[in-house]
Amino acid sequence: MEHHQPPIQKRGLTAIDGAMSLIVILLMVQMWLLTTALEALLAGHRETALPAALISAAIFGACLVLFLFVDKIDKEVRRR
Amino acid sequence: MMFQRRPSSDPLWKDEFSVQAADERYVNRRQFSKFLVLTSFGLLVGNLWILIRSLRHRAPVYPAVPIARLGEIPIGGVKQFRYPDAGDTCLMIRTAPDHYVAYSQKCTHLSCAVIYSQVNNRLECPCHDGYFSVNDGRVLQGPPPRPLPKVMLEQRGDELVAVGIDLNAEG
Repeated sequence: MEHHQPPIQKRGLTAIDGAMSLIVILLMVQMWLLTTALEALLAGHRETALPAALISAAIFGACLVLFLFVDKIDKEVRRR
Repeated sequence: MMFQRRPSSDPLWKDEFSVQAADERYVNRRQFSKFLVLTSFGLLVGNLWILIRSLRHRAPVYPAVPIARLGEIPIGGVKQFRYPDAGDTCLMIRTAPDHYVAYSQKCTHLSCAVIYSQVNNRLECPCHDGYFSVNDGRVLQGPPPRPLPKVMLEQRGDELVAVGIDLNAEG
């Protein structure tokens, strides 16, 4: 069933979908990072652990910022 | 504070439960985003755990354990032994009259037991057709991500003694 939404609501939804897509892409990178760091640790290469943890922390920070953006848009649009 | 609710804002249930049907899409997306961010936090915890493990790593001390007498196994023959613990099975292979190699028997893919194929002169994992070189333990084919851990051997008198394990045998 098709919903007829005002333009501002549609724009808000598009912005949220874009932010969610970015979060999903970042999550996939973070998963790859975790498996790679684990494989390196099991192979006896411990030098990869620090950069992997730093990049993972940066990705988590980016996800958090995107979530706050989603939360903000959600509040702004629904209050109109 | 950003994460605290303001007293003047709507009650929590209005935020988390959409009263109007049009709001449902927003609530669902926000809650799913929250789940994704929590997943990201879990992955970060995993990376931090790996970092802590690598920082607290101590070089393991391996015992010297006699494995076999010289000439005990024929050329192309195999002897199974346990090293360094009773649960760690390994294979020693006599590849030439005076050349012996030994590897952990656990495949680096999913820990199936590898076997020596004299015909193909390689170590084979029957579970997923992962093959390892008998010379240095490197992966020849299949899904194993790492070479087989190599057991370091020393000749002491007429005995072969296991003295350690090289996880990165290929290098």
